[in-house]
Amino acid sequence: MPEPRIPAPRRPEAGTTLLELTGVEQTFHTKRGDVPAVAGVDLTVRAGKVLCLVGESGCGKTTTARAAAGLTRPTAGTVRFRGSDVSTLDAKGRQEFREAVQYIHQDPYASLNPVRTVYSTVTAGLRRHGHVRDRAEARRKAAELLERVDLTPAESYLDKYPHQLSGGQRQRVAIARALAMDSEVLIADESTSMLDVSIRVSLLNTLGRLRDQLNVGFLFITHDLAVAKYFAWDGDIAVMYLGRIVEQGPTPQIINDPQHPYTKALISAVCEPDPRLARAKKAVRLRGSEIPSLTELPNGCTFHPRCPLFEADTCDSAAPPLSLLDGGTRLLACHVVARDHEQAGVG
Amino acid sequence: MTEPILSVRDLSIMYTTGRKTGVTAAADVSFDLYPGQSMALVGESGCGKTTLGLGLLRLLPRLGKVSSGEIVYRFKDGMSLDILRLGKEDLRKFRWHEAAMVFQGAMNSFNPVLRIGEHFTDTLRSHEGGERRLTRADIAERAAELLRMVRLEPARVLRSFPHELSGGMKQRILIALALALEPQVLVLDEPTTALDILTQRSIVEQLHELRERLGFAMVFITHDLGLAAELADRVATMYAGRIIETGTAEDVFYEPRHPYTVGLIKAVPPVVGDLPELSSIPGSPPSLADLPSGCSFHPRCGYVRDECTGTRPELTVLTERALDEGHAAACLRAGEIEYTRKVVASA
Repeated sequence: MPEPRIPAPRRPEAGTTLLELTGVEQTFHTKRGDVPAVAGVDLTVRAGKVLCLVGESGCGKTTTARAAAGLTRPTAGTVRFRGSDVSTLDAKGRQEFREAVQYIHQDPYASLNPVRTVYSTVTAGLRRHGHVRDRAEARRKAAELLERVDLTPAESYLDKYPHQLSGGQRQRVAIARALAMDSEVLIADESTSMLDVSIRVSLLNTLGRLRDQLNVGFLFITHDLAVAKYFAWDGDIAVMYLGRIVEQGPTPQIINDPQHPYTKALISAVCEPDPRLARAKKAVRLRGSEIPSLTELPNGCTFHPRCPLFEADTCDSAAPPLSLLDGGTRLLACHVVARDHEQAGVG
Repeated sequence: MTEPILSVRDLSIMYTTGRKTGVTAAADVSFDLYPGQSMALVGESGCGKTTLGLGLLRLLPRLGKVSSGEIVYRFKDGMSLDILRLGKEDLRKFRWHEAAMVFQGAMNSFNPVLRIGEHFTDTLRSHEGGERRLTRADIAERAAELLRMVRLEPARVLRSFPHELSGGMKQRILIALALALEPQVLVLDEPTTALDILTQRSIVEQLHELRERLGFAMVFITHDLGLAAELADRVATMYAGRIIETGTAEDVFYEPRHPYTVGLIKAVPPVVGDLPELSSIPGSPPSLADLPSGCSFHPRCGYVRDECTGTRPELTVLTERALDEGHAAACLRAGEIEYTRKVVASA
C-alpha cells in the first residue's frame, strides 16, 4: 500500500462549531469621525457547512471576514476558534489558528506573487512551518493540492508563473495555497465574482467538493444572491446592511421567503437568466437608492430612509433587535414585520 | 415594411500585432438591428464583444482595423450610408447624433478634474450643428433636462466632480450624455458590471423607461445572461470572434441550438424557483491568435464529431420567421442539441 502522501488530517466532524464571532464590532477612527464598519455581529462557521454573507458594497462584509480570519483585531466582541478566544491564544495556539483558517481574496490577479512559481506559492506555508522534509516531498504535496483543485495534470502547472495562467486557474492556485495547511475554514471573499460564468461554476463545484468531502467550513462572501443560493443551499445566509445583520436563516427560507424588506429588495433586484421570469418579476421599489454614509448613520433602523415599509416614530426612533421570528430558525431585525407576525400569531 | 436601422455584413476586425499576421477579433459578423430593438451580445471575456461594439462606431483603438465588410446605417427618411466609408467630419456628425456609445467602466469614463457640467458642455459643443451657437443657458437647460430624465438632481450633479458621485450615478450620467443628441442607436458595453445589485436594478429600469420614451435601438454587450434576459429582444452569442447563435431572447434561452450557448445557460444559477444542477464548459476559450481548426468550439464541445474539426459551420437559419425574428446557429448538429436542466432542489 502506498504511503499516504499528506499525513491523513484529522478532519473535524460535519457540523462541529469551528469559528464563532460574538458581538464583533470594528470601528475605524478617521479624520472625518468614527466609521462603525461592523456594529455587533454574531456568526458561527461549522465544519462542512456554508455561511454566506450577502449585502451591498460597504455594508461591512469584508471587514467582518477580516476580523474572522484574525487579520484585524475587532474593537469589541470576540472571535473564538474551537472554543478559545483568538486574541488570548499563545504562540502555538495562534499558529494553529492561522493554519486552520485561511482567506481567499477576490482578485486572483493581485493575490499571487508574480515572481513566484505555482509550486513556490502553494508550498510557502508548508516549507515555512516545516511540514515537509525536502523539495521532493514539497513537490509531491504541491501536485496533490493542485489536483484537489482540479488543476490537472498538476506537473504541468507546478513551474508556471501567474502570468501564464488564466483568472480561473490563478484562483485555483490561491485555493490550493489556502488548503495547503489542512485548513478547516475557508473565508472566501467574493472569490468567484471576477470570473466568467462557466469558470465560476466549475470553481464553485470544486469548493463544494472540499465542503462535502473534507468538511471544510466556509464563510462565503458574495453580493450575488444566485451564487449564494447555489453554494449555500444546505447552509445559512446572513444579510448585512451598514454593519449589522438584518436577516439570517437557512438558505431556502431566506431565498424563497425573505422577510426583511432589504432582503426582499436584494432578491427581487437580481436579473433572472430567464426572459419570461424576468418580465413577470416585480422589483421591490425602495424609497431611496443611495446607501447612507457610515459616518452619518440614520437614527433608529438604519434602513428606514430607503425602506418601503417605513413607519414614522417606530422605525426612526429605536434600532430593531435581531431576534427569532415566530420562534423558528430565522433571525430578523425589523420592527414592522416582527409586529405584523406577532399580531398574526395572536389573532 | 420596416428596414433595419443598422445592417452589419461580414464585418471582420483585425488587430495588428508585432507578429506577421494580425489577430482577428471579430470575424464575418452579420446582423440587422431594427428601429427600437434591443440586442444583447453575450459571451465570455475575450470573445470579441467589445471589439465588435467599438467597431460599430469606428471607435477601435489604433491597432484595430476593419479588414472587410460593411456597416450600413439607415436614416428615418430611407437614406442610407456606409459607416466604414465616412470621412472624418461625417463620422463626427454620425457619432452622437445617430449612434452613441456608453463605454465600459463608469468609474473611469470621466475626466477626473472636470466637473460633470463641463462634460456636458464639451459633448454638446463639440457636436453642435445648425445656425446658432449654443449659449451657456441652452447647455445648462439641456443638461438639466437630460439629468432629470435619468432621475438625477441637476443642480447638485452638474457642480460635482466625478469622484464625488457613486458608481450608479456616474453610469446614469454616462447614459444621459450618450442620449444628449437623441441618437437612434445606443451601444452599451457592460452597462451594469461592477455596480451593486440594487444599482444594477435601477439602471435596468432606467433603460427600459428611456427606450419606451425615446424609442432608440440598443446593442448591449454583457457577460451577464440575466441582463440579456431582462433587456434584450434579440440575443447573439459570440465565441472566438464569431456570432455562433442568434435568435429572440425566448429562442436562445429556452431552445438554445448551439452547444456553447447551452453551456453558458447551464452555468448560470437562477434566484427564483427550483435550483437546477449547474455545470461548466470544460477547458477555456482559445487564443484568438491560435484558433482550433474547423469549429473553434470543437475542443470543448460534448457533441463533437470528426466533421467538426475539418469544416467551420456557417451560421444557418433554423427557424425562419418574419424580419428580425429568425433563429440561427453555427453548428453541424444544431438539430440534435437537447437542452434540459436537472433540478437539484425544488423551490
